[in-house]
Amino acid sequence: MAGKPFETVEMLQAALRDGGYIANDGLSVSLFLALAKSRPLFLEGEAGVGKTEIAKMLAVLLGRDLIRLQCYEGLDIAQAAYEWNYAQQLVEIQMRGDAVAAEDHLFTKKFLIERPLLRALQPHPNGPPILLIDELDRADEAFEAYLLELLSDWQITIPELGVIAAEEPPIVIITSNRTREIHDALKRRCFYHWVDYPDADLELAILAEKAPEAADDLQRQIVGFVQGLRQQNLFKSPGVAETIDWAQALVELNCVALDPQMVDSTMGVLLKYQDDISRIQGSEAARILAEVQASIVQSEMSR
Amino acid sequence: MTRPRPDETVVGALQPKLDQNIMLFVRLLRRIGLPVGPASMVDAVEAVTVIGVASKSLFYHALAGCLIKRPEDQALFGQAFHLFWQNPKFMERVRDLLLPQIKVPGVDTDAPEDMLRRLSDALADPPPTNQGDDTTIEIDASATASDRAVSQTKDFAMMSGDEMTAALSVIKNLAPYLPQRKSRRWRQQKTGGQLAIRAALRAASRQSGLVLPKFQSHQTKTRPLVILCDVSGSMEHYSRVMLHFIHGLTQHQPAVHSFLFGMNLTNITRLMRYRDVDEAVLAVSNQVDDWSGGTLIGSNLQRFNREWSRRVMAEGASVIIITDGLDRAPDEDKSALQTLDFEMERLHKSAYSLIWLNPLLRFDGFVPKSQSIRTMLPHVDHFLPMHSLQSIHDLAGKLQVIGKRRSRELVTWQKLARDAAKMAVRHSVYAQMKAAPIPADKINKGQKNGVVT
Repeated sequence: MAGKPFETVEMLQAALRDGGYIANDGLSVSLFLALAKSRPLFLEGEAGVGKTEIAKMLAVLLGRDLIRLQCYEGLDIAQAAYEWNYAQQLVEIQMRGDAVAAEDHLFTKKFLIERPLLRALQPHPNGPPILLIDELDRADEAFEAYLLELLSDWQITIPELGVIAAEEPPIVIITSNRTREIHDALKRRCFYHWVDYPDADLELAILAEKAPEAADDLQRQIVGFVQGLRQQNLFKSPGVAETIDWAQALVELNCVALDPQMVDSTMGVLLKYQDDISRIQGSEAARILAEVQASIVQSEMSR
Repeated sequence: MTRPRPDETVVGALQPKLDQNIMLFVRLLRRIGLPVGPASMVDAVEAVTVIGVASKSLFYHALAGCLIKRPEDQALFGQAFHLFWQNPKFMERVRDLLLPQIKVPGVDTDAPEDMLRRLSDALADPPPTNQGDDTTIEIDASATASDRAVSQTKDFAMMSGDEMTAALSVIKNLAPYLPQRKSRRWRQQKTGGQLAIRAALRAASRQSGLVLPKFQSHQTKTRPLVILCDVSGSMEHYSRVMLHFIHGLTQHQPAVHSFLFGMNLTNITRLMRYRDVDEAVLAVSNQVDDWSGGTLIGSNLQRFNREWSRRVMAEGASVIIITDGLDRAPDEDKSALQTLDFEMERLHKSAYSLIWLNPLLRFDGFVPKSQSIRTMLPHVDHFLPMHSLQSIHDLAGKLQVIGKRRSRELVTWQKLARDAAKMAVRHSVYAQMKAAPIPADKINKGQKNGVVT
């Protein structure tokens, strides 16, 4: 990498903020270290806390290409790394006739189909790309093992061609929703960061950035209510993505201040499990809302 | 045995005895579970001839280097070493040394406090009646064999220490297969299955364009298994046995997650990966502080569902829940029962199959009378005993084929539970009609035990 893209953690944080991603210190430091040391960054956390978003933002900030590999069960080398273009090879055989020694002509880069992992190792005009390996926990253990070579040596071995190594290592961001534990061997090669729900101040800043149409009072009420919900021992607490969705939904409904009816009718934007909804909807929601409004009034009084 | 003669005369003079002692020591190591092959023993003998016996530390490391193959065996080896070679005159007297210790098992006051139980067990075999040197081995073998002949149907709670040890060693060696499921990955095969077009084309480009059909089918994959084991007071005779069972399973199968619950829920998966069963059980007992207390099954399940189920229940996991189903909450506590009902239902719905192992099934005339048992029964697929070696054997044999479909026995159990519920209602109505005080102690006692007397 031609020099460090950011001199200090503060510069990185400021750049992210300018781009519209507000990161707390923990995430900024991990990301800074990962960039400085050319090591992968492993992000784990609940759904909807902005793990994928950081990779997209980084690509925009640095002006690099974003290569995304969405993991799923059964993901194999043919879909993740490379594949030979067999149909093309057959055509080639037909054209050249049987006598030609096939191997020399058939297994060249001409017939190689590059998939995300291999593409990430190739030189790019804008500098090494960002490789986002999304939801690694959905792939199976065999695929994790395959990643080990890539992540430690930045190379992929293709038996017919040899080793393909990156001149400059890509910036790798791996995310996991923790539906299963990722093996220690893979974690060891990465900087690890657990992405938690943001605190009230941070969430308010995020909301101001992402849903500026909402009035200030409404934003404060929304954040207070969501923060209250996260204390409720729900099966799935709402993430930041849900908060932003909710704010945008409320703006769409021309809502200027929260009231119990409005909260009840839009609960489906925040909570995605029927058990959680039936527990919160009605009196519980009204109680949390009343608390939020009381605390907002109190903080204004003290100001 | 051919080996280079040592230069050191000290060793040379004592060589035959030393060889014999090393052999005895290796035998001791094997009996406490270290995998020491004959080749390692030869290595050890040769190493000692080179190193000599002048320094105890060098001697120790010479043996350790040859006889330890796994890092987790180090602690056990160290203790065996110090016990076996502690006498400075061991060259002459090792046989005598071994025998007197055998005569006073467990009362040896200067034995280190933390001596692993398995080691003392190995040394505490009954002393041979025949003092002749040559027969020692045969006597050891026979003693072990008679110990192993433990009754298949005997209740774990009724077993003596020796019987329990034998039973545990049987359980340790069970290696049941777990249920399988289709993986999304493909495996090539010679015939049958689907056409593997990609593989056929790949082969064709190496065969100058000759396309021959290839076949593939889905690979199978072991389903993860989640075990929830109750360690409350009423389960205390069984939870230790089940820990050994879980340990054996975890050693053979990669995807076994285990939890203990009493008043709290503890994840013991990582501890169960320790190779040595005693170290694992020791680590568990250090971490779990609510042994033999009460239990609230519902709230523990709630915690599991909320905090762990999404992490360990992926990929169609089966669940084994080991409890007698006797909740600490009183039967009148409706909210606890509601929680239990709700959380059991959720657990059942997120599991591929839910197996309930209940030691109360040891009673012939068991009737599910307790409210909490009746609440849990509709949400399980299999309801099986676990109180004897026989039942554990049956379970291990069934585990692979046990599926989603409910067992026929379960239908009977559920009918019994419904009948018991009706009877309970009838009892209370009848009692109210007579306006007499409800014979609460009588009903409750019957329900608590769950036994028809």
